[in-house]
Amino acid sequence: MTELTALTAAQAAARVRDGSVSADELFAAYRDAAAADDLNAYLYVAEAPNASGGDLQGVPLAVKDLFCTEGIPSQSGSKILEGYRPPYTATVVQRLYDAGAPLLGKTNQDEFAMGSSNENSAFGPVNNPWDRERVPGGSSGGSAAAVAAGSAPWALGTDTGGSIRQPAAMCGIVGLKPTYGAVSRYGMIAFASSLDQAGPLTRDVTDAALLFSHMTGRDDRDATSVGSPEDIRLPTAQRLDGIRLGRPEDLSTEGVEPGVMEAYERTLKLAEELGATIKPCKLPHADHGISAYYVIAPAEASSNLARFDGVRYGLRAEGATDLLSMYTRTRHDGFGPEVKRRIMLGTYALSSGYYDAYYGRAQRVRTKIAQDFANAFEQVDFIVTPTAPTTAFKIGELADDPLAMYLNDYFTVPMSLAGIPAISIPNGLSEGRPTGFQLAGPAFSENRLLDASYALEQALGFDGSAARG
Amino acid sequence: MAEYEAVIGLEIHVQLATRTKMFCGCELGFGEPPNTRTCPVCLGLPGALPVANAEAIRLGLMIGLALECDLAPRSIFHRKNYFYPDLPKGYQISQYDEPLCTGGRLGDVRIHRVHLEDDAAKLVHAGSSGRIHGSAASVVDFNRGGTPLAEIVTEPDLRDAETAAEWLRLLRATLKRLGVSDVNMEEGSLRCDANISIRPSGSQELGTKTELNNMNSFRFIQRGIEAEIARQTKIVDGGGRVEQETLHFDPATGAITSLRSKEEAHDYRYFPEPDLVPITISDELLAAAREALPELPAARARRFESELGLPADTAKLLAFRTELGDFYEAALGSNGSHSVEPVQLANWVTNELTARLGEEDPQDSKVSPAAIAQLVALVADRKVTNAGARQVLDVLVQRGGDPAAIVESEGLGAMEDDGALDGAVDAALAANPDIAERLRGGDMKPMGVIIGHVMRETKGRADGGEVTRLVRAKLGL
Amino acid sequence: MIDREQVLHVARLARLELSEDEVGRMTTELSKVLDHIEKIGELDLEGVPVTSHVVEVGGALRPDEPQPSLPRDVALASAPDVADGGFRVPSPQAQ
Ligand SMILES: [Mg+2]
Ligand SMILES: [Zn+2]
Repeated sequence: MTELTALTAAQAAARVRDGSVSADELFAAYRDAAAADDLNAYLYVAEAPNASGGDLQGVPLAVKDLFCTEGIPSQSGSKILEGYRPPYTATVVQRLYDAGAPLLGKTNQDEFAMGSSNENSAFGPVNNPWDRERVPGGSSGGSAAAVAAGSAPWALGTDTGGSIRQPAAMCGIVGLKPTYGAVSRYGMIAFASSLDQAGPLTRDVTDAALLFSHMTGRDDRDATSVGSPEDIRLPTAQRLDGIRLGRPEDLSTEGVEPGVMEAYERTLKLAEELGATIKPCKLPHADHGISAYYVIAPAEASSNLARFDGVRYGLRAEGATDLLSMYTRTRHDGFGPEVKRRIMLGTYALSSGYYDAYYGRAQRVRTKIAQDFANAFEQVDFIVTPTAPTTAFKIGELADDPLAMYLNDYFTVPMSLAGIPAISIPNGLSEGRPTGFQLAGPAFSENRLLDASYALEQALGFDGSAARG
Repeated sequence: MAEYEAVIGLEIHVQLATRTKMFCGCELGFGEPPNTRTCPVCLGLPGALPVANAEAIRLGLMIGLALECDLAPRSIFHRKNYFYPDLPKGYQISQYDEPLCTGGRLGDVRIHRVHLEDDAAKLVHAGSSGRIHGSAASVVDFNRGGTPLAEIVTEPDLRDAETAAEWLRLLRATLKRLGVSDVNMEEGSLRCDANISIRPSGSQELGTKTELNNMNSFRFIQRGIEAEIARQTKIVDGGGRVEQETLHFDPATGAITSLRSKEEAHDYRYFPEPDLVPITISDELLAAAREALPELPAARARRFESELGLPADTAKLLAFRTELGDFYEAALGSNGSHSVEPVQLANWVTNELTARLGEEDPQDSKVSPAAIAQLVALVADRKVTNAGARQVLDVLVQRGGDPAAIVESEGLGAMEDDGALDGAVDAALAANPDIAERLRGGDMKPMGVIIGHVMRETKGRADGGEVTRLVRAKLGL
Repeated sequence: MIDREQVLHVARLARLELSEDEVGRMTTELSKVLDHIEKIGELDLEGVPVTSHVVEVGGALRPDEPQPSLPRDVALASAPDVADGGFRVPSPQAQ
């Protein structure tokens, strides 16, 4: 931990701007920290900066493996893409280069972003800097661990059902999942196209706002991207006067770790002291979010992953002499157990005779959940929950229980299905491990969401330096 | 043996005449070196996303309008999932239950639907050099992959192969006139599948249908359908039952073979393409498509009949071959065509001219529309006989030029009733005394011999009627 | 609930080879997950429209203007097997 890497990204950018620090020494400090990383957070570390100046002043950026970076390994944590170097760069990464943020490295992740623990990476699990016996959460586990450990000032992740928010919570940092469509998906190796959204993992809310402000924007290469209706501002709010926080009645709290629940209650009280009112609110179908999610996401994934066939790039199984075995053996050898499980689940849910019972119904549940949120936001400004039911669990603890693992997304999945923005901020410790506080707002309410999160963050005064050793 | 009737529906894939592919900016071409027209999108690279080509949608709308379809104000793309090396993403982006156009008709055939999709790439069988571990290999070229296609599906309204081929000619002419495709069958820009079943004549329920795949010429389509009807008839007559399968017709041998090994029933797992948003038809887009609609062959044929009094088949001939119709109307409108009778002109264009030009576009020939009009006028004014005019046309086809001048220089003008013709008739009678005798005896059958003789002597410049008159006079008949 | 036969059929559709014990594990694990998922069967969803896109931006279309394609060597750079300027695969006919 050097004096330089102790700075937040915004602070570092300011120091480079006022000339008290040079972008090159800043990059060097982080490159050394990333190279020295012993959490298995990085799959690639850059040699020299490829961007500078701009608004981000050369503050380096760690990028989740699944973002395509031209000429640099982009493997989505999978053996089937081992060593794959794309011929192009993802739009959102290019935007950040253009804003002056050079690539620091590519971070470890669950294979094809399928997981909540980063144990599903073909390149090994990632250790949580707060407790190396434990997972960092997932699927953006490498990005979360790197930022928490201080080997990166900030990082890009992706969130499909909680893959930014849950690891942010488990690593004691800030993670924002923007409104679906706010950030271009072009160049993000897809998991579930109607849910995937890129977002920042940062040490504080200000950094999240700063990074997001340069990520959002309409992209002609992504027909589903719309950008943000207003410029993203750096948050300034100190209080929550007049803000109505909705506490969902219908989300069950059984299976939520007591320490997580206490931290949640404590923060609700704190919010009241800051002027907010806490209102119970109804999300009648949110409880079915996991079921709908684990139909829709695998269904889309089963189709998105069909392109990994051993023809144009990536792995091809040795010695296959006929087409069928080239396909089946390449995909058998190249995909890990969780990816296979979801491809099977999704293919089944779409197959003739089951489509209506699974995919069709799940899409209708999705409609209901989106309506639930729309109705709730007529009564409240934000909905607040614990980010994850538990703190970081032990590596291997849930390995044999896929369903238990899936239920870790219980509080984050409904927002993904509704396409609305949600943020997780550090919410103190439970048994020495970070917990997260989640705020969700209506579509494109990022500015208000960041302001409210900032006010809470200031009052909470969380200190994450312990993880930065 | 029972009488059967065939029930035939067609599925036509048309490559749309856009500059770029359906979902990416790669420029379309033909015959470029393999894999020189690809990008992350049409190679299905990880992370790449499709964006629909606005022009392809406009052309799709024009087809829908031309075929009198209902245009969906909102239609969506679906993914059709299956594995094949020419399919880079493992799914085709097509339309399923919310297509761009539904309903409609062309001629006597109802249209079921018209939808948009992207074309597969090209699989080339690799030479023995390209074998893998000794077994046969193929090489994929993605240049064509992603070409915009409109798939036109008819109702099963056709009953025989000839009518099917005839209707397909009308469709091809219509698409060509619309300018939505170059409809070049050899290059595969228009491909046709036929769904065929047979049933006892008069029966209403449908038999088991087979799908005859990818026929790329009118002749093959007609022969293919005939062959398949015969095959099914033989099976049913033999007490067997037709199996639902996809078949291939080999034009060389005339043989029909089963195409897909039915090792597994297809399950395409269609679901809405999440990377694309619904197509919403703006009024501007619709207006633009309407603007661009030309007069279509069916309507043109009707106009040729009603306004110009052409016989139905002549009118069709001109209207279904757009370039022929255009040439005909140009000739009709050319100056010097004042005395031209539309039916006469039509006959000369559809018979004499096409006999000499074949499939060639007359606009590219040496014969100008004005020239053929003048030639027909000369015939009408008896300045040249039909036989003479045919020779003038030969010259026009070879060298072009002005018909009147050619008549002069070649001395093909019709003979006035002067001594020359009189002499020619005498010579003919003298040369055929026996014929002359039979004529004198009142047997008029051999008159043709004398006329033929005179025609030869005068290089066709004589008028047949005039010759007959002179003969009768000379023989005192 | 999903049985062994269905697992094999689905694996076939997905072009996924599964070892014997993978088939066994897949059958039990998927059944457990499906039992949970099937709770949505209890909901009354009569007349509820489906959601395929949470954002509906109509007419996000591309103008028909050519963009540069990739050089062929770049297009082929990551291919496991290249021949005659293309991607070589076992011949589908040879199946
Ligand atoms: Mg088709
Ligand atoms: Zn392309």
